[in-house]
Amino acid sequence: MWQQFRSDLYLNFVKDDRWQYLTNGLKVTLIVTLFAALMGIILGFFVAIVRSTCENTGRLKILNAICNLYLTVIRGTPVVVQLMIIYFVIFASVRIDKTFTAIIAFGINSGAYQAEIFRSGIQSVPRGQFEAGRSLGFNYAQTMLHIIMPQALRVCVPTLCNEYITLLKETSVAGYIALEDLTKGGDIIRSRTYSAFMPLIAVALIYLIMVLVLTRLVSLLERRLARGTR
Amino acid sequence: MKKLISVALVLAMSLSLAACGSSGNPEGTATKGVLVMATNAEFPPYEYHDGDSIVGIDAEIAEAIAKKMGCELRIEDIAFDSIIPEVSSGKADIGLAGMTVTEDRKQSVDFSESYATSSQVVIVPENSGISSLSDLGADSIVGVQTGTTGDIYCSDDDSIGTVERYNKGMEAVQALTQGKIDAVVIDSEPAKVFVSENPGLMVLKENYTNEEYAAAIRKGNTVLLDNVNKALEELKADGTLDKIVAKYIAAE
Repeated sequence: MWQQFRSDLYLNFVKDDRWQYLTNGLKVTLIVTLFAALMGIILGFFVAIVRSTCENTGRLKILNAICNLYLTVIRGTPVVVQLMIIYFVIFASVRIDKTFTAIIAFGINSGAYQAEIFRSGIQSVPRGQFEAGRSLGFNYAQTMLHIIMPQALRVCVPTLCNEYITLLKETSVAGYIALEDLTKGGDIIRSRTYSAFMPLIAVALIYLIMVLVLTRLVSLLERRLARGTR
Repeated sequence: MKKLISVALVLAMSLSLAACGSSGNPEGTATKGVLVMATNAEFPPYEYHDGDSIVGIDAEIAEAIAKKMGCELRIEDIAFDSIIPEVSSGKADIGLAGMTVTEDRKQSVDFSESYATSSQVVIVPENSGISSLSDLGADSIVGVQTGTTGDIYCSDDDSIGTVERYNKGMEAVQALTQGKIDAVVIDSEPAKVFVSENPGLMVLKENYTNEEYAAAIRKGNTVLLDNVNKALEELKADGTLDKIVAKYIAAE
């Protein structure tokens, strides 16, 4: 039993330096997740501002319609389909870096979800805060920046971090465009050794550890943020 | 009450054990009278979807083998790299998927006698200027299907720059037609289909490798292995095998 386990371990990870498929894949997964999250923050923040400005003041109607279309399309289609559309349709006939393609695809996708998170944060701040800001002589932008946003972001943080955890796991479909992320790394090992257990469990464990670390960071951050409200 | 539960548990366990052992079954299949075949039906002309059903050389050979064994054939369409795990875990009885016999694969499953020969070929764009394998330089990007022999051989080949592993052969070919990669290494028969359906592509005359296709069977299941080999032998002798191949592959 133990002997079998050791030889399986050797076959799947040590032989032919197969562990490198996992470490290289992990690197790609982390890069894609990090930059897609950053791109999502920028996109999401912008869309949320447009949407709530339109809701509150009735301005930016056309931009708001565009943002609505973006949210509908992105949230209404699976991320793996979006990824393949970006790789095989939008970037057709171009030799393009796959990591970059994945960052774009996951960034656009995550942006839609983060937009709604930011917007719900902004909506959660009582309307009186906004009126107070205006009566103090702040204009719309100043009120948003100095009064609404600090309160809204605090509400958003836990949900946002959940979105990043989801994003991290969603990047596992990157193999569809032959990008060698962590999941694809495990798949390549599986296709070489024909054993399902070791590569899949190893991949699952690595994702789990990453998510556990993220969750721990989030709970620390939440505690830190809660201190201010007492 | 406790006793009753333990009796029930023992019964359940012995029943589930009985289901695992294929020895009690004369055909050697997991379920009596049913031959479950695992394949990846994206590999024309060996197996592909045609309307609701999966057809192709492998599908018809399996059908003929099942008939000889007096079984009903059931085809399961799964990812190529999951076929061997499926067979070795007993979820499927045989794997027929244009699968080449390799030493690595032999460690996980037993193989029947080979029923077809094939080769890995290189598909390139017609105007690429690549006329032989040696033209693929160290900075070339070659597309393959994950887990196929083309993938394994290319990954070990130092003269190839980067190997990009697609989930489907079709996707590798699509990337080739879009100029994302320089060449695709794939089995010769699907290569012919891909080239005939995508104008502007051609197959290099020089084969990348030559190999033999066989059916994968769970290690140690000699009853089924003998049955399949016997059926294959009869099919070879009466010309059925050649007829099936000729039906899908135009004689050159």
